[in-house]
Formats: sequence, structure tokens, C-alpha cells
Amino acid sequence: MYTLNSPWPWYIAGPIIGLTVPLLLILGNKKLGISSTLRQICAACLPTNIPLFQYDWRRDSWNLFFVVGVLLGGAIGGVIFANPEPVNISSSTVAYLQSFGLQDLTGLMPTELFNWKAFATTKGFCLMILGGFMVGFGTRYARGCTSGHGILGLSALQWPSLLATMSFFAGGILFSHFVLPRILTL
Amino acid sequence: MKNINYLILGTIFGLALTKGEAISWFRIQEMFRFESFHMFGIFMTAIPTGAFGLFLIRKLKLKTLDGASIEMPVKQYHHGVIIGSLIFGFGWALTGACPGPLYAQIGSGSLVTTVTLLSAVAGTWMYGRIQKYLPD
Repeated sequence: MYTLNSPWPWYIAGPIIGLTVPLLLILGNKKLGISSTLRQICAACLPTNIPLFQYDWRRDSWNLFFVVGVLLGGAIGGVIFANPEPVNISSSTVAYLQSFGLQDLTGLMPTELFNWKAFATTKGFCLMILGGFMVGFGTRYARGCTSGHGILGLSALQWPSLLATMSFFAGGILFSHFVLPRILTL
Repeated sequence: MKNINYLILGTIFGLALTKGEAISWFRIQEMFRFESFHMFGIFMTAIPTGAFGLFLIRKLKLKTLDGASIEMPVKQYHHGVIIGSLIFGFGWALTGACPGPLYAQIGSGSLVTTVTLLSAVAGTWMYGRIQKYLPD
């Protein structure tokens, strides 16, 4: 039975995510692109004399409001109307993760791996610090992430975005299959 | 206070990411292992929806709320599109989050993701720092 706490099927979540592309343009010629906010934070907090951060980040302050919204959306969907059930991932993924000794597959994140104490371990350092660093470095190098290239760029039929999407999927598949298992067994 | 519009739209976007479980580390591993259609279903409905919206904007010559003409997004090719995206993909597989879900994960109660987000900011800063030495 569906309740407000139930997760949404892909055919509900996907179209809503896609609708933000035309809606942002209609609201004020804004282009969906969340990794840009990481650049804005750099420009606002620590621009030093790096050319990439020498721009008027206030002009794009709409995007900071947008990501505060994303955070609020996470709170509404993940706290207020949290799904009490574990994420319904396939039994083969469950078996695979359990083969690394992961026991707690409840919630949206594996708290055994992502917690405050884990920073002291190599495993936690790789997953959170190194992983986060590569997300920030790579998306700025590519000038876009899953939203800017994957959703907006592909919606606008931009071939560089197709290359970007193929590349970040290739990178993810590679690391998920060959590097993550090594980190999880550390 | 036009920014309130973006806050509301961001909230809806974040809610869809969260309720669609696109911010779940478990879903991301499942996706990269091709063990479910779920995440691919999200992409395969989000992109055509966005494309159809852009088509309507062009066809009906829609304006922004202020009456300005709408500029279509253009993405230029540079080598970073491939190299940078590969690096981003490596990180995505580890954190289970691209930049949008980083914010949503924090909101959903995974406060420790704040550190992952700060590390992503550090990564962006480092890219800016060494940009001139990298092939564009």
C-alpha cells in the first residue's frame, strides 16, 4: 500500500527531475547544474587569486537557494516522510554487499561505512574524503555533473554531454567493480 | 525575492531525488552493477521529459516569467569532458553521490556527508589551483 512514506517509483521521480530543466529556464533563464555551486562556494570562501574563482558568484546566487532547497527536499523525503523499510535493492546486490560483511542495509546510506568514527580508518577516508574530492575535482574539470551534463545537457541534445555521461558511467562502473571491493576489504 | 522560486523548485528536485532513492549509496552500487532497472528508469524518463520541455519552449517560443527570450543550453567540448567525468565517476562509485545527492543526503539525516561535501569543495578548489597545468 502506498503511503507518504513510500519511495517513489522511477516513472514518478524521473519525470519530476526532468521537469526542473524547462522550469528553471522559464523561471529566469537558469540552467540546471549543481556542481557549479561547489565553484561558487570556493569563489565565496577562498578565491585567493585563482582565475576559476574570480567571478561574481553573487550573480548565480539563485543556485545556492536551489541547493538549500535540495537539502530541504532531502529532509522532507528522508526524515519527515522517511521510508521505514530498507531500500528495495535487488537480492544480488544485497548478497554482494553482504559478502563484504555489511550487515546493516537499512536507510539510504550504509551507516557502517559512513559515520564519524570511520574517518580514522583507511576505508572511511577512501570512501568519504577521497571519493568526495574526486567528485569535486572531476565535475569542475568536466564543467558539469549528472545534473548539468547528464540531465540538462542530454535533454538539450548536446554531444559533449553524451561523452561526459558515458565517461562518468564508465568511471563509476570501473571503480564499483574493481576498486570498491578492494576498499571494502581493507 | 525571486530566489524563493528557486528554493521551492530545489526542494521539489531534492524530494524527487530522495524519494526516488537516487541519493542512496545502495541504489548507486546496484546501478553500476546493472542489477536493477530503477536508476536507469529515472534517467530514461528524466531526459526525455527535459527534452520535451525544451522542445515546447522552442516550438511555442515561450518566454521567461520576466518576458525575456529563453537561451538554449550549449555545452562546448573540451578534453575535460572525458577526463574530468572519468574522475567524477570514480568518486561517484565511492561516495554513492553526485553533487546534488550530496546536499540531499545531508538533509536526509546523513550529517557525516557534510565532510564528503567539504571534500568535494576542496576537490573543486584544487582543480582551480592546478587547472593551468592540465590539458583542457
